[in-house]
Amino acid sequence: MNSLKLSATAVQAQDLVKIFGDNYAVNGLDLVIPSGGIYGVLGPNGAGKTTTIQMLATLLKPDRGSAKVFGFDVVKDSHIVRQLIGVTGQYASVDEKLSATENLFIFSRLLGLSSRDARRKTSELLEEFGLTEAAKRPLAQYSGGMRRRLDLAASLINQPPLIFLDEPTTGLDPRTRNQMWNTIRRLVSEGSTVVLTTQYLDEADQLADRIAVIDRGKVIAEGTPAELKAKVGTASLELVVANPESLPYAAYIIEQILLTEVHVNVANIITAPLANAEVITDILLALRSDGIELAGVSVKSPSLDEVFLTLTGHQTEQETITVEN
Amino acid sequence: MRPTVQQITKSTTIALTVRQSLIMAHRGLLRVRRTPEQLIDVTLQPILFTLMFAYLFGGAIAGNVQAYLPLIIPGILAQTVLTGSVAIGVNLREDMNKGVFDRFRSLPISRIAPLAGALIADAIRYVIITVLTFSMGYIMGMRPHAGFMGVLEASMLIIFFAWCVSWMFAFFGVIAKTPTGVQGISMMILFPLTFVSNAFVPVNTLPKALKWFANVNPVSHLVNAIRTLLEQGKTSSDFWLSLVGAVVIMAIFSVATVRIYTRKAA
Repeated sequence: MNSLKLSATAVQAQDLVKIFGDNYAVNGLDLVIPSGGIYGVLGPNGAGKTTTIQMLATLLKPDRGSAKVFGFDVVKDSHIVRQLIGVTGQYASVDEKLSATENLFIFSRLLGLSSRDARRKTSELLEEFGLTEAAKRPLAQYSGGMRRRLDLAASLINQPPLIFLDEPTTGLDPRTRNQMWNTIRRLVSEGSTVVLTTQYLDEADQLADRIAVIDRGKVIAEGTPAELKAKVGTASLELVVANPESLPYAAYIIEQILLTEVHVNVANIITAPLANAEVITDILLALRSDGIELAGVSVKSPSLDEVFLTLTGHQTEQETITVEN
Repeated sequence: MRPTVQQITKSTTIALTVRQSLIMAHRGLLRVRRTPEQLIDVTLQPILFTLMFAYLFGGAIAGNVQAYLPLIIPGILAQTVLTGSVAIGVNLREDMNKGVFDRFRSLPISRIAPLAGALIADAIRYVIITVLTFSMGYIMGMRPHAGFMGVLEASMLIIFFAWCVSWMFAFFGVIAKTPTGVQGISMMILFPLTFVSNAFVPVNTLPKALKWFANVNPVSHLVNAIRTLLEQGKTSSDFWLSLVGAVVIMAIFSVATVRIYTRKAA
């Protein structure tokens, strides 16, 4: 019984469908998640991310299609799958009426630890997640970040090889968000596979080894962040001009070289599409010979925002994106 | 390096189910310790109801309050303990509407453990109500002939009966969408069940249809059984009838509740 063989693929989903009423929340979704590393599921609100995670985590039954976790069917072998996963939901799935210690103790006991082991595990996790001081306080007094940390700690009690994090940083302030990112990176370095959903493009970019972009219940693109960015193509050159008065002239010189329009913004920044890196030398030499001083130069790969816009044909909801071309 | 997964099991066993249910009951007790105000209904209600009903009906039905006590205390006991068992449905629904329920569902535990645990933890409420109601009766002057043993046996009977009936309210808890909905349905059931019985008034004063219901009502048998235990120290036929009634209620509603609950928890 102890020697069940785990497949090397953490998640394999085929043609998953989930219908609520007449709304196809997930509509023929295919997903292959290799074991190890961080896998990002990226999409706007209502794209079907949470529904997908809930099906993979045995919390919802798919209406069609199938999904396997380490080779075990999420419907037929749900009891085995539950021993292989940890789930941290979008809303803290901990008991609000209990303290952090009590929560972790009860969950540890339910996972089969003896009273003594459960107490040890509880204090270990509290320490690890910086909750020791607040451990006895009721959860009502916890900040959003503390709740998330407790929630994540509760998912790690049995050291599951696969961890689902549903929008782990939504609503967190930047500092707490960074802490959460570090925690997630550490989990992976310890050998777990992390599947995280996010609507923040930079989060997926920063953390994920591979990304699936989901829109309207389907995967519309999949690959490494670099591959996805390559789909959008050109990088862009950003020049910060030292003297605002020379801005129009500088823009004119660059347009002459690139034979295309450039974008000038109020912060003295000129942004120009860059088909090949060679032309940078030409531009810089031309600017120097005309005596235009520069305060900064950078080459930017396209952001995932641009990738998203290109793939879906619509913008993400929370940010307005300007794509210069 | 991938973390090693130890002791993966294919399914839960009965022994594990019992263990997990007891852990869930432990959780229920921890919650009570954290929020003692949960016990306000079970502490105030027996005191208030005993005083109110005894002085309200005592004169009219038995001539005076003292003579009424041996009749009314078993009735009030049934009324207060059963009212206390309604809360399980409301609590269960609140629990199921919260995020922590998702956590339980994602754990490799028996699907009915959270349900069974809540029902076990609730037994403490019945104990509190029973103790307080008998204490009120004692303060007001009731001295059962069968003494302490009679009281103890009657207490065990009512607690078991309430535990069985709480499955019915747990059923409403799993089928309703909101806690207020559960409260509404439960009260609609509770009132006829406790009032259309011999708990407060002699059955032969009732109109035909009500009399018929009062006579088959398991609560009537329960109240009679408690009266006999307290006054004569004997188990009457009502004792067995009330036990059978309770077990039948539990059998029907535990199967239905567990089925719906596991379907929702699957």
